[in-house]
Amino acid sequence: MMWSFNNHKEKVAAIQENGQSITYGQLEEVSHEISMQIPHRSLIFSLCENSIGSLVGYTSFLNNQMVPLLLDSGLDQELLDNLIEVYQPGYFWIANQKKAAFLQQYPQCLQTWEAYDYALIKTPYDVTPLHEDLALLLTTSGSTGSPKLVRQSYKNIESNAKAIAEYLEITDQERPITTLPMNYTYGLSIINSHLCQGATILLTNKGLMQKEFWTFFKQEEATSFGGVPYTFEMLKRLRFFRMALPSLQSMTQAGGKLSPELHKEFAQYAQDHQKRFYVMYGQTEATARMSYLPYKESLKKYGSMGIAIPGGKFSLIDVDEKKITEPEITGELVYQGPNVTLGYAEKRDDLLKGDENQGTLITGDMAKQDEDGYYYIVGRKKRFIKIFGNRVNLDETERMLKAAFEDMGCACSGIDDKMSIYITDELHKEAVKKFVSKKTGIHFSAFTVNYIPEIPINEAGKTLYIKLEE
Amino acid sequence: MTNIEKYIQSFTAAFDIEAEQCEGLEYQGIETWDSVGHMGLIAELEDVFDIMMDTDDIIDFSSFEKGKEILGKYDVEF
Repeated sequence: MMWSFNNHKEKVAAIQENGQSITYGQLEEVSHEISMQIPHRSLIFSLCENSIGSLVGYTSFLNNQMVPLLLDSGLDQELLDNLIEVYQPGYFWIANQKKAAFLQQYPQCLQTWEAYDYALIKTPYDVTPLHEDLALLLTTSGSTGSPKLVRQSYKNIESNAKAIAEYLEITDQERPITTLPMNYTYGLSIINSHLCQGATILLTNKGLMQKEFWTFFKQEEATSFGGVPYTFEMLKRLRFFRMALPSLQSMTQAGGKLSPELHKEFAQYAQDHQKRFYVMYGQTEATARMSYLPYKESLKKYGSMGIAIPGGKFSLIDVDEKKITEPEITGELVYQGPNVTLGYAEKRDDLLKGDENQGTLITGDMAKQDEDGYYYIVGRKKRFIKIFGNRVNLDETERMLKAAFEDMGCACSGIDDKMSIYITDELHKEAVKKFVSKKTGIHFSAFTVNYIPEIPINEAGKTLYIKLEE
Repeated sequence: MTNIEKYIQSFTAAFDIEAEQCEGLEYQGIETWDSVGHMGLIAELEDVFDIMMDTDDIIDFSSFEKGKEILGKYDVEF
């Protein structure tokens, strides 16, 4: 059993926007009901929202050893079709509101049960064989249509939730408000770490730019929230520093590197207002979190991602895989800990695989350490960028574009929150921008499309990305 | 350019839409008017009208029509 909800039976586990709430005791009850609806070790695609129905599905599936793949309820149809074809789930867990359209799209599916405005839908697929340690599946960069998933174990989720609860000092008095989707590893880690402490989660699908969000925040006296770098940029624009939020006690940041300037500003704000601000680092491949910067050091060490979480350990390696021990030397960041996930899945059979990582994750991020042992991210080894907290693989985006726009040369590069796409057909500029935005579900303003007569390549035919930026 | 023209142009630029689509438009009524689009729109409006909007007005800016009312507070007349 993943969680022992009966320890906090009478306590409210979650409240959603419309005022509806659920206690830990009720979470336990619905978990029991679901156990009679779905066979043990079934694969379920859960189309997530920040609502009680979505949460109830997630906790019940995990407590009953059913394995959910968490997806955004607004996922592009084609990408969803692709995932269904590859993994053939036995069930879907979907909001009642979206049910009718879904059943029309997939007429072979059938609703078998419902609870808390969510419906259980049976597919015609046979049972998918699953490894016994497998607890949960999350997408890596689901936005580019890759069926690549991260396989997380029960031990992964439990150990990471406990470590987070420890370093953030989470008690059952906490009331975190959601600002991130539940299917996003960071959003989910907030839910996991608070559920294990018996706290009350405030669930909303509204965003920071909406009045309803702040009304809910104040009315329910939220004590904390998390955000990606872009969240903090928005907060600054919202004149957050002048807002009166007496219930707020702490803020966490992850999902990409916050600019040192913003880091400093928020650290200063927190210090001046007796609040705690934590900058953290993580990856879906490490369940969620790998590091945190203790709030007391936030102002002194701004720009740093801190130290390893309890139970974890960092090291840096050079190009020859030798350990770097001196400070201020950049190397690839390696993490070891019980939250390093089992590995990836790219096809149905991969769900039978056991632990391929054995507790060690080569992160692909380049980092250095200062004299006091605090780590700083300085770059990335792999070709991906983060847009509004979402990992977007540049090579996969290129492949997707080449498939959709035949006979057009294309190359993608860029920095976080800003992708530059170079194409050799001027007439497709608008169409390319619309296509990428639609497929990734990311706002079009994050993409710049440039026309160039020819994509620069070297003798081996490889794209010269450095030349593109000139 | 008149104020209404500037106002409409801010919408078309922030949400990648045509001028005819602005009337009756609401937050999340189209895909591009999400939190990212909203921040872009506010930045655009603050820029063209040379104003600094308050938090309450930024989060209350929920539709094309409501926005006109809000800008009135900053002496932008339509």
